[in-house]
Formats: sequence, C-alpha cells, structure tokens
Amino acid sequence: MTAIDPTAHLTAEQIEELGRELDAIRDEVIAGRGEKDAAYIRKVISAQRTLELVSRGVLLFSFFPPAWLIGTAGLSVAKIMDNMEIGHNILHGQWDWMRDPKIHSTTWEWDHVSPADQWKHSHNELHHTYTNVIGKDNDLGYGIMRVDEDQKWHPFHLGQPLWNFINACFFEYGIAAYDLELGKNLHKRRRKNPEFRARAKAVGRKIRKQVLKDYVIHPLLSGPSFLTTLAATFTANLVRNIWSHSVIMCGHFPEGVQVFERRSIKGETRGQWYLRQMMGSANISGSRAMHFMTGNLSHQIEHHLFPDLPSNRYAEVAVKVRALFEKYELEYVTGPLPKQVFSAWHKVFRLSLPNKKPKVKTPDREQELVAA
Amino acid sequence: MTSATLRSGAWKLLEMITTPLLPSDYLDLVSPLRAGADLRGRIEAVHPETADAATIVIRPGRGWRGHTAGQYVRIGVDVDGRRLWRAYSITSPTNRQDGRVTITVKAIPDGKVSNHLVRRAKPGTLVQLDQPTGDFVLPQAKPAKVLYLTAGSGITPVMGMLRDIDFDDVVMVHCAPQPQDVIFRNELHDLVTAKKLRLTEVHTDTDGMLDIARLGELVPDWAERETWACGPAGLLDAAEEFWSGHGVGERLHTERFRPGIVVAGDGGEVTFSATGKTVDADGATPLLDAGEEAGVLMPSGCRMGICFGCVTPLKAGAVRDLRTGEITEAEPGVLIQTCVSAAAGPCDIER
Ligand code: FES
Repeated sequence: MTAIDPTAHLTAEQIEELGRELDAIRDEVIAGRGEKDAAYIRKVISAQRTLELVSRGVLLFSFFPPAWLIGTAGLSVAKIMDNMEIGHNILHGQWDWMRDPKIHSTTWEWDHVSPADQWKHSHNELHHTYTNVIGKDNDLGYGIMRVDEDQKWHPFHLGQPLWNFINACFFEYGIAAYDLELGKNLHKRRRKNPEFRARAKAVGRKIRKQVLKDYVIHPLLSGPSFLTTLAATFTANLVRNIWSHSVIMCGHFPEGVQVFERRSIKGETRGQWYLRQMMGSANISGSRAMHFMTGNLSHQIEHHLFPDLPSNRYAEVAVKVRALFEKYELEYVTGPLPKQVFSAWHKVFRLSLPNKKPKVKTPDREQELVAA
Repeated sequence: MTSATLRSGAWKLLEMITTPLLPSDYLDLVSPLRAGADLRGRIEAVHPETADAATIVIRPGRGWRGHTAGQYVRIGVDVDGRRLWRAYSITSPTNRQDGRVTITVKAIPDGKVSNHLVRRAKPGTLVQLDQPTGDFVLPQAKPAKVLYLTAGSGITPVMGMLRDIDFDDVVMVHCAPQPQDVIFRNELHDLVTAKKLRLTEVHTDTDGMLDIARLGELVPDWAERETWACGPAGLLDAAEEFWSGHGVGERLHTERFRPGIVVAGDGGEVTFSATGKTVDADGATPLLDAGEEAGVLMPSGCRMGICFGCVTPLKAGAVRDLRTGEITEAEPGVLIQTCVSAAAGPCDIER
C-alpha cells in the first residue's frame, strides 16, 4: 500500500531464511524459560496487588490533599500494571507454560471493562493474525479513524483528532465497544443476534461491577472522603486510559510503519508473516522503568513476532531481532515515547484531511522476480 | 438476619470491593495456608534418608482433612517455573502432634519432580496439595499377624503404617540393592531391637531378586498373615499370582505406583472423549485439524499458535508441539494448543 515497498529488495529465499532465524530466536527463549521467569511474574503480580491495596487504603484519607495525591498516583500505577504488564501479557498466554491455573490465559480477568475472553478474541486472534491488513485488522484506526493515505476519505474524518482524544480518555470503554464490534453490530438486524446480545450482556455486567467498585463502593467506604476518593478513582482511570492509549498508538501508527492489502496476505508463508509483523509494528525506546510501565509493549515489534513469549524476555530478544533488521536492511521503527506519540498524532491530524491518491503503485514482487 | 446470611452478605461486599479479583487473591498474599484457601502446604524441612531419597516435612493448610496410614497425596511442585503434579505416599503417622505430614521421595533417574524434591527443595516453599486418597490402608479390625512385603520406595506407604499402629506380630521383607539403599534403615532396626518388628532385608545386588516362590523359607507362616505389598510391578504381579494360587488372594493388599507409563511416539489414536469420537492421526497433523475432520466442534482462532483460542484439556497420553518438538504429557489441569500440537502416541482430548 505504501508507495514504495521497503521489502522489495528481499528474495523469497531470503524471506524464508529470515523466518528460520526468527524461529531459532523463539526456540531459544522457549527452551530457557524457567524458575526466574516464573518468579518474575509472581513478583509483579504481588507488587501490583500490594500497591493497589495500599493506595486504596491511603485514599480513605483523601480529604487530606497529600493523601489524595499519593493514593491517586499509586492507584494509577497499579491500574497500569494490571492492564499492561500483567493482564495483556497473561491473556496472550505468555505464562500458560507455568501451568499455574491462577496465572493462566483461560482464567485471568483484568481491571478493565472489556471481559477478558472478548478481548482475547478481537486482540489475540484478529489483530495479531491480521496485523495491519486494511479491512481485516480493525486496530488500524479502531474503525473510527483513517490511518493510511489509501483509505477513502470521508468528511467524518475531519473530526478524527477529536474522536481520537475522546477515545484516549475513555479508552477502556472504546476497547469494550470495539471488542463488541459495535460499529457493525448496532444495525437493526444484527442487534437482535443472540450471540451478540450475550456478549453485550457480559460487557454490561463487567461495566456494572467495575463502576460499582470504583465509583460507589470504595468512595462509600471512605466516608468523609467520599468525593475525593471518587475523584481519585476517576483520575486514576483517566491516567491509565490515556497512558495505555498512547502506548498502543505507538505500536502501529507512527510514520514508517507499513500497512498491507488484503490480497497481499493470501497464501502467506511463515517468513512472510514474520516480515509483515516486522514492518507493521514500531517500538518505543527508553529506560527499564519505561518498558515495564508499557507492559513491554515498547517492544511491540518483538511482541508481534512472538506474542506468546514472556514479556520479561523481550528486551534480550530485541537485540537479536534488531540485528536481523540490519542484516536484511529493513527499517526498525523506534524512538522515545514523546517522539512516537507525536508522530502518531501527526498522522491522525494529517489523514483527517483528504489527500491525492498516490501515483506510484506497489512494485509487483512476482514480476520483479521474473525479471531478476 | 442469621449469622450465615450476614457472613455471605459480607463476603459479597468483599467481592465487590476486590472485583475483578477475588478476596482470596489478596488473602493469599498474607495467609496462603488459611482455612478456606485452596489446599496448599509449606515445606518446613528436608531430611536426607539415603543418597537418593529424602523426607519432606510439610505443614498442610487448614483445609487438610488428614489421612489414613498407607494413603498417598498428590502434590503440585513448581519445577523450573512449571507446576508438575505427582503422587507420594504419606510416611508420617496419623497422630503426629505438630500437624505436619511427611512424604518420602526417592529420586528416580530423569524424574523431574523427585530429583527436585530430594536435591533442591527449600524450606519455606509452598506446594499445592490434594486431599489424601488411596485404599491401600489398614483395616478397622486388627489382624493377628501382619506381613509387609516391600521393595525400593515401595516401603514408603508401609512406613506410614508401621509408624501408625503397633501390631503384635509383624514381619517385614524388604528388598533394596544394597544395605545403604534401605530407606528408614535405622528406624527399622530400632523397631527390631525393641522387638516390635521382625525384618528380613534382601539385598538384591548380592542376594539376587526375591523369588516369591521361596517366600515360605523367609516367612513360613506367610499364608496366615494379612499382607500389604508395595514395590515394582514385577514383584506385585508375582505376589498376586502366588497368593491366589494358594487360595489366599484376599489376604494380599497391593499398591502400584504410576500404572500408566506414557510412551511418546509419532502419531496415534486420538480420542475426543466428550464427543466419543476416535481418529487415527499422524505425527504431523495438528489435533485441531484431526478433530475437525472427525466432525468434533473444536474451538479455534488464529490456527497458528498465537491466540490461545484453541486451548483444550489433554486428559491422557502425550502430544508433541509441532513448532518445538516438545512433548507434553497428560496430567490433571494440563491444557494444550490443539492448532500446534500433534499426537505423540495415543491421546485423549476433552472435546
Ligand atoms: S488457534 Fe490460535 S493458538 Fe491455536
């Protein structure tokens, strides 16, 4: 789709060789998974629980401003940890190998209004299989935005910076709606579909529980701090939403990330699949704390290549993956968070306006191979 | 309001406070052995018995219901980060005052759990427990004469019995390669000195295997004794034949460890036990495809091992991961991704 195909210089054999090299990296991590990794996730989980407990405790006294600040900050971090490093990764099955039924993709539930199983379907299954394929991967713009020059422009897109901002603030609800495929299911006929209704009900139930906990029970427990606790929880949810929205935007939206056409994935080989993940994702550079707070989604490229490897291993995998990018002369899109967030937002603004259709077509690989 | 409804109301409120987690997720942080928690135990000590056997002292959680001498317990141990379950006989008496129980484990070659427990387990570690079970136990009415026939680690359930109840007339025939391989040797000899036990050790490295047909030479009145036997399958098979051949089969009680040995091969018969379908699958066909072909409704998603939308319990047998070649054997609670697993021998998939 992009005017010039940045992988055009690779032969079919090279792409398969690349696939084998990536498989080898994966195998090595799998063979080395062990006690340390298990201890890591357990430690993160109990740290998260402790932090949440303590923060909620501090918020009982949130009428006192410093307590409000500390409690809100702690709760925000706890919620980010729950969604990012813990929930997202467990639901990917990254820790299923431990065989601990309490830390398992089939049993985990997260602090999020989208029920885990619905999210697993739309995220693990659709997004990770059809990464960046227009028309198949709805993560591209969440069905409300235009994210590529080749997508048809519609006056509705003029407002997309605003839609994106609202989506960021209420991101967890956006995701729940997205997992329900509300856009297409709200049509009269689809609304009645029993399967859709069951899923909508499950979301309703989850929302009710989450809202009750955050905005009724905990404020009530705080007694005289009712209002301040309410404000604190709202703020923590807002912070968590904006943070995860930003991190996730950096995964596939910054400039330099490729999108693909539906027909380009027909009969895709393993090597080609890997290549698409490499070209369709972008990283965030930064400190260890930064990687942790993004749930290691700062290693989005590595995560898309190996979505089920334990997240604590992405950093070491990244070094090897990056070497492969260099070897095969491909662009490893990465940068610090502000730069990537700016880049993604810039795209959102740019594509809210119509553009001319690009003139240059994607070079047809087969023809090239024949010519070579 | 009764106190029960009050309590359940309070619990409901707690659940609302902790959603989407459960109150127990938080309680586990501070008190994993409390009443009402999933049954666990904490390893409190590890005592070497022989060069390759050790006794593990475990404090079980409050939910522990206690055992009967001779029973075993399934225990889930995290080895290299992965939870593995094995069954071990309980070797402590039922009336131990401090509430702890012991299992005695012999490290078998390549045994992941047994080697871990004997050589690497540390006091303080939590392990998962099931309630004790097994019907290799003593009867309510005391038999007048008892024979314990054991070999190797087969002595462990019998040790639990020996420590539990004193009988008037007890004989034990125990086989081990060499004297130093006899687990609990000192304690057994103490019992002999105290005239509570008559013991015959058969050291198979020097004496050769025990020939059951010649048991009468060691224990002339064996046929009058209520007998409990535990050891390798060969010994138990021979014993069962011998006892029933003499028409006293009902006097013999046996315990077999690990009856089903999984042999990982290439392909095999796949049973989908929930639907009752069976197919022959080769070692290269994903079980997802094999099942669908047989008309079984299989959950699926990406079909390439990344979404975990196809995980299904493996009830029996072994499967091979088509990507890594890794073999997974059935154990309670083991789930597999059917889209990237193929049969490695006969197996049973719960669909
Ligand atoms: S179908 Fe996606 S992991 Fe098996």
